[in-house]
Amino acid sequence: MPGTLLIALIPLLPLAGFIIAGLFGRKYLGRSAGYLGTALMLASALLAIYTAYSYFTAPNGGEYPKIKVLDLTWLQFSDHLSINMGILLDPISVMMIVVVTLISLMVHIYSLAYLKGEERFPTYYAYLGLFTFSMLGLVLASNIFQTYIFWELVGVSSFLLIGYYYDRPSAVAACKKAFIVTRFADLGFLIGILILSNASGTLDFDTMISTLTSPETGAAQKSVAASFLGFSALTWGAALVFIGGAGKSAMFPLHIWLPDAMEGPTPVSALIHAATMVVAGVYLVARLFPVFAVCTPGVLEMVGWVGAISAIIAAIIACTQTDIKRVLAYSTMSQIGYMMFALGVSKYGGEAGLGYTASMFHLFTHAMFKALLFLGAGAVIHYVHSNDMKDMGGLRKQLPVTHLTFLIACLAIAGVPPLAGFFSKEEILLAAHHHNMAIYWIALLTSGLTAFYMFRLYFSIFWSKPYQPHGEHHHHGSVLMTGPLVLLGIGAAFAGLIPFGHFVSSDRIPLASHFDLSFSVLPVALGLLGILAAMWVYARQSDRADKIAAAMGGLYKSAYRKFYIDEVYQFVTKKILFNIVGRTAAWFDRTIVDGAVNMTGTATQKIAAGIKKIQSGKVQQYAVYFLTGMILLAVLFIYLLK
Amino acid sequence: MLNDFIILMKSELAVTVIIFLLLFIKIGKGMKNETLLSFIQVLLLINFIGTFFFNESGNLFGDMFYTTPLIAFQKSILSLGVYIISLVCADWLKKTPHLPEYFILMLSALLGMFFLISSGNLLIFFLALELSTIPVAAMANFDLDKKRSSEGAMKMILSSAFSSGILLFGISLLYGATGTISFPAITEQLNHSPLVILAFVFIFTSFAFKLSIVPFHFWTADVYEGSPVATTAFLSVISKGAVSFILITTLYRVFSPLQDIWYIMLIALSIATMLIGNLFAMRQQNMKRFLAFSSIAQVGFILAGMSSFSYIGITSVVYFILIYLFSNLAAFGVVSVIADKTGKENIDDYKGLYKTNPFLSWILALALFSLAGIPPTAGFFGKLFLLTSAGSKASYWYIIVAALNMIISLYYYLRVIRAVFMDKNEQPVEKLTLSPSVKLGLILCGIGIVVVGLLSWLFDHIQVLAMHQ
Repeated sequence: MPGTLLIALIPLLPLAGFIIAGLFGRKYLGRSAGYLGTALMLASALLAIYTAYSYFTAPNGGEYPKIKVLDLTWLQFSDHLSINMGILLDPISVMMIVVVTLISLMVHIYSLAYLKGEERFPTYYAYLGLFTFSMLGLVLASNIFQTYIFWELVGVSSFLLIGYYYDRPSAVAACKKAFIVTRFADLGFLIGILILSNASGTLDFDTMISTLTSPETGAAQKSVAASFLGFSALTWGAALVFIGGAGKSAMFPLHIWLPDAMEGPTPVSALIHAATMVVAGVYLVARLFPVFAVCTPGVLEMVGWVGAISAIIAAIIACTQTDIKRVLAYSTMSQIGYMMFALGVSKYGGEAGLGYTASMFHLFTHAMFKALLFLGAGAVIHYVHSNDMKDMGGLRKQLPVTHLTFLIACLAIAGVPPLAGFFSKEEILLAAHHHNMAIYWIALLTSGLTAFYMFRLYFSIFWSKPYQPHGEHHHHGSVLMTGPLVLLGIGAAFAGLIPFGHFVSSDRIPLASHFDLSFSVLPVALGLLGILAAMWVYARQSDRADKIAAAMGGLYKSAYRKFYIDEVYQFVTKKILFNIVGRTAAWFDRTIVDGAVNMTGTATQKIAAGIKKIQSGKVQQYAVYFLTGMILLAVLFIYLLK
Repeated sequence: MLNDFIILMKSELAVTVIIFLLLFIKIGKGMKNETLLSFIQVLLLINFIGTFFFNESGNLFGDMFYTTPLIAFQKSILSLGVYIISLVCADWLKKTPHLPEYFILMLSALLGMFFLISSGNLLIFFLALELSTIPVAAMANFDLDKKRSSEGAMKMILSSAFSSGILLFGISLLYGATGTISFPAITEQLNHSPLVILAFVFIFTSFAFKLSIVPFHFWTADVYEGSPVATTAFLSVISKGAVSFILITTLYRVFSPLQDIWYIMLIALSIATMLIGNLFAMRQQNMKRFLAFSSIAQVGFILAGMSSFSYIGITSVVYFILIYLFSNLAAFGVVSVIADKTGKENIDDYKGLYKTNPFLSWILALALFSLAGIPPTAGFFGKLFLLTSAGSKASYWYIIVAALNMIISLYYYLRVIRAVFMDKNEQPVEKLTLSPSVKLGLILCGIGIVVVGLLSWLFDHIQVLAMHQ
C-alpha cells in the first residue's frame, strides 16, 4: 500500500489547486491556472490508480479489508462520541476515488479548450479543484459527520459551478434551485445522522454499522422499541438519511433541480451531474448498506421503489425533451434510479448481494459513458452554439470524432453487447429478477425506452436533416477536447469486461459473477427494438415524430411538461406556502411582531427615562443597586430557599 | 527551599523583575517612547514564552500559595493577553507621556492576578485582589487631559472600595464561622448556617462586581467609555479572565459544600447578565460602551459553563477565556486604532469602513463573528463547549434561554458588521496606515480566532490539566 501521505495527497492536491488558483489565479496566473489545476489533477489521478492497484492486489485472505489510513480526532464530545477526520479505504471508496479523479481529470483537460478565452477562467479552475476535493473527501470519509461536512461542501461548490455564468438570470435561478432543493434533503440527512448516532452511540461508520447490525448489543432493539408514528427510530433514521441521498441523487420527487442545473458550463455537467455528485446518494446508501439491509429492510424496499419510479419517469420525460442537455439530465436521473433500485433489491452478503455489486458496477460504467455523452454534447453545442435538437442534424461529417465516440456511448447506455453498459445493466436486471419481479418489469421497460431516447438524440444530432451552417463562427474542438472523448470512449467500450464482482461486493468477499446468455436475450432485443424505432422516426427528416406525438395526445404533452412536477412544486410553494403560510406569517410579522417591536420601541423610550435614572453615572446610586442586589441574594438564600 | 521558591513562583518573579527594570529605566535617563515600547513588547513576549517552562505543582508558605500546571496555563493566557495589548494599543501607548508608569501599573495588576489565582488562603486572596484592582483605577485615569477618564477612574476606585469593604466583611464573617483563613480548612468547616451563607453571598458579590455580573455591573460602561482603550481592553479581558479563573477555583474547591446554593445563584445571575447585557448592548451607539455591554453578556455565558461543577466546566471556561481574549482584543484593537487616529468612536462613523480599510474591517468582522459565536470561528466552539458543560447539569430550558440570547446578540453584532460592510457613507474613516506592531497584534488575534477552535488538541490539553489538578 502507498503511504498515508500519498493517499492523503489524493484529495489534497485538488485542494491545493483550489487555493492557488483561488488566491493568485486572476492576478498572476491567468490561463496557466488551468494547466496547473490539470497537472495537480493528473498527479492525484495517478495516485488514486496506484492506490487502487495496490489495494486490490494486496494479499487479503479472501476478504477485502477496511483500512483506516488516517483517523484524526477533530472534536471529542465524550469518550465514545467524536467527530473524526479520516480516510477509509474499502472496495467502494477505492473504486470511487478512481472514478472521481479520472472523470475530473478528463473534465479539466476538456475545459482548457471549452472555456478558452473566458474572463473568469482561473476562478473556474479554482471551483473545479474545490469540487473535486470535496467529492474525494466525501467518498473517503470514515465518519458520518465528515461525510456530512463534505456533502455540504460538494453542495456549495456545485452551486458555484452551476452559477458560473452568473450574468445569466437562468443560471442564477438554477443554482439557487439546486442549492435549496438539496438543502431540504440535507436537513433530512442531518436529522438522520443524529438519530443513527443516537441509536449507535457513535459517528464512526465502522462502529456504527457493527453496533447496529449485531443483535447482541441491544442498541438496535432499543431503538426499534422507540417508535414515532408507528415506525421505529432506526427506520426513521435510515429513511431520513436516504432522503438526504435522494436529494443529491435527484431521485423522484426531489429531482426537479437536476434539469435546470444544466445551465452550468457543459463540462461541469459532465463532472457533477453525470459521474460524481449525483451518485453521492447511491454511494451513501451503499456505505451504510448493512444498516439498511439488516436493520431496516422496509426502508431498503422504499429505496428500491423510489429508484424504479425515478428510472421510468425520467426515461419517459427524456423521450420528449428537445434540449440535448436536458435529455442527458433525465437520462442520468433514470440511470441513477437503476443504481438505487439495484441496491433496493439487494440483500446483505453472498449471492443475494448481487444487486449491491451490480449497482456499484453500473455506477462505474455509467460514469464513463455519461461523462462521454456530456462532453460530446459539449462539443456539439460548442460547434452549433445551441442546445436545441432542432438546430442540429447531419453533424457526423463535421464532427467525426465526436460522432464516433457519441455512438459508442449511446450503444453502451442502450445495453448493446459487448459495451460497458450491457454488463452492468444485465447484472442489475438479474438481481431484480431474483428478488422483485415488479421492479424487474419496470426496469426492462425503462431499458427499452433508454435505447429509444438515446438514439433519438443521436439521430437528431448527427443524421436527420443535412447540416446547415448558421453563419456563425464555428470552433472545431482541438485535441484537448477530442482527447478526453477518445479516452472515455475506450472506457465506455471496455469497462464492462472488468470482473467487477471480484472486487466489489456487499460483504467484501469476492463474488463470482456468472453469466446467463438466455437471460440477456430479452433486454438486448428490447434495446435493439428501441434503437430501430428511433431510427425509423428520426434518422431522416420526416413528420413521423410529430404524428406520433399527436397520436399520443395528452400522454406526450404531460411527459413533455415533465408530468407537471415543477408546477406541483410551484403550486405548493407559491399558492400554499406563500399564500397560506407566508401571508399568515406576514400578518403575524406585521401586526404581532412589528406591534411588539413598536411597543418595545415606545416602551424602551419610556423606560429609557427610567434607565437613565438607573445608569445615571452617579456612583453613589450604583452602590445602592449593588447593595440591593446583594441583600436580595442573601434574603433569597437564607430565608426563601432553605 | 529556595529552589522551590524560584520555580514555583517563577511567573510572579518574572513580572516583578520586569516591573523593577521599568522602574530603573524611569529613574535613569529614560528612553524614547518608541524604543521603550519595543523593549517592553520583547520583554512581555519573553515573559509569555517563559510561562511554558518549568511548570510544577506545589505549595509555598504553608498553603498560602500553590500552583498547578492548570494555574500555570491560566497565567500563560493572561501573559499572552498583556503582550497582545502592548501590540494592538501601540499607537496610544507611544503617545502617553508616562509610558513606563503605565506598564508598571499594568504589570502590578497582572502580578496581583497571578497571586490571586495562586492564592490558597483568604488573606493573600484579599491582598492579591486589591493589588489587581487599585493599579487599574490609576490606569483608567491615564488620559490625563480628559475629564471622562478621571471620572471613570474615580467611579472605579469608589465602587471597588465599596466592593472591597463588603468582601472584607464577608471574609471576617467566614472567619468567624469557621475559625480559619486557609482554603482547605474552610471547606471542612462549611455548613448551611445563615452566617456562612451570608458570608458566601458577600464574597460572591465582590466577584460579581469584578466580573460585571448584573446587578453589580453599573460601573462597567462608564469606566470602559472613559478609560484609554488599553485600560479598557485590560479590564475587559485580563481582569475578567483572572477573576473567572479564581471564581471557578473558589467555587469548586472552597465552597463545594455550598454547591446547591451557588448553582442556583450562577444560573439566575447568568440569565440576568445575558439578558441585561444584550438589551443594553443593543442600544449603544458608542463602540466602547457597546463592547462593554457585549462583554457583560459574554460573562453570562461563562457563568453558564461554571455551573456544571465538573472538570469539563473548568476546561470549557479556560478554553473560552482564551478565545474571548483573542476576539475581544481584536475588536478593541480595531476600535483603538480608529479612535486614536480619527477620534471617531460611534457605530455610525464605522459606516463604509470596508471601502477604505479592508484589513481592519475583516479583523473586526472576524472578532465580532467570534463573539457572536458563529461557526467556524473559535467563538462558536467556545460557546458550544460552555453550553455543553452547562447542559450536563442544567435543564434544557436554561440552555434554550442561553441559545435565545445568542440569537439576540447576533442582532447587534451584525448591526456593526452591516455598518462596516454594507452601509454607504459620504465621509468614511480615511485610509489608515497601521504601525507594524498593531498589524502584528491584529494578525495574531485573527489567527487565534480562526485556529483555536479547530485545534482540538488544545481543548484536550486543557481538559487533561483540569482533570489532574
